Amino acid sequence: MNLTELWHRMGSPRWFYQMSGPWGTGFATLAVVLLVVGTMWGLAFAPADYQQGNSFRIIYIHVPTAILAQSVYMMLGVAGFIFLVWRMKLADMLLQVMVPFGMGVTALALFSGAVWGRPTWGAWWVWGDPRILSMLLLLFLYFGLYALRAAIPRAEAAARACALLALVGLINIPIIKYSVEWWQTLHQGVTFTLTEKPKMPIQMWAPLLVNVIGIYCLFAANVIIRLRGEVLRRESGTAWVQEVVATHDQARRGHSGDSGAMA
Amino acid sequence: MSFDSVESFFHMGGHALYVWMVFGASLAGLVGNLINLNRTHRAAVEAAAREPLVSEEEPS
Repeated sequence: MNLTELWHRMGSPRWFYQMSGPWGTGFATLAVVLLVVGTMWGLAFAPADYQQGNSFRIIYIHVPTAILAQSVYMMLGVAGFIFLVWRMKLADMLLQVMVPFGMGVTALALFSGAVWGRPTWGAWWVWGDPRILSMLLLLFLYFGLYALRAAIPRAEAAARACALLALVGLINIPIIKYSVEWWQTLHQGVTFTLTEKPKMPIQMWAPLLVNVIGIYCLFAANVIIRLRGEVLRRESGTAWVQEVVATHDQARRGHSGDSGAMA
Repeated sequence: MSFDSVESFFHMGGHALYVWMVFGASLAGLVGNLINLNRTHRAAVEAAAREPLVSEEEPS
């Protein structure tokens, strides 16, 4: 198989559905294990911060959700680009299913930041802070992507509009990233980089790293499981989906004690 | 262990309100997300079951 064939196969919703079966549950299980370990570790075992005391433990939620908020948006931009250039249906489905998760983690990053701000800066919310404002704009971009698809009845037009908005919104990502360097801000500088040693002791950053990996796994589970659902929905009239439905029904009848029987 | 008793763990050195608000909301979000994920596949299969077969042709 050459590269072009591989590219086309990757764009096939049916191929994706058939190969992705066990991956969703696998990532979800891994995510729960990592998030429980990382969170318990961070809450009970990591030492308290010498300045902030125990309120610093909010970092174990705030940093992973804030990282994902931006990562998910960058992936939306890439999916939008692929859809606009190659008209790959799967890229549009991907763009659609990533939006709610991105919205959720962005909201949680803003919420945890606001709560953390109260004991640390003395304010829940600072309107003049560029990091807070650019993250709020990110949340609105997610809302916009969600609303835009719902507002345009023709699927093809909705897909193009969302891809375009996802691409244009990418401009906000470097603004979020450099907001703490370009402007006067209350927000502290970067916590984690791939290239430098963290400024925190290992007892503090190890649980943070576990939670970051955990939330990436949760995101992977969300993408895989929701994308499988979306593939079935969009291809529901085809023979192969009807086959999937039939196999599913048989499996259901096989379990006599199944509580989820169809009414 | 960073705390000497269960009470001091829940007390969080006076920051209990802030810490538990964030971790509580996160736990609620995680549980909600997992319940939702658990329903996604079944809901999609049931929706597809209600759709009539459009054609025997495979989409390209």
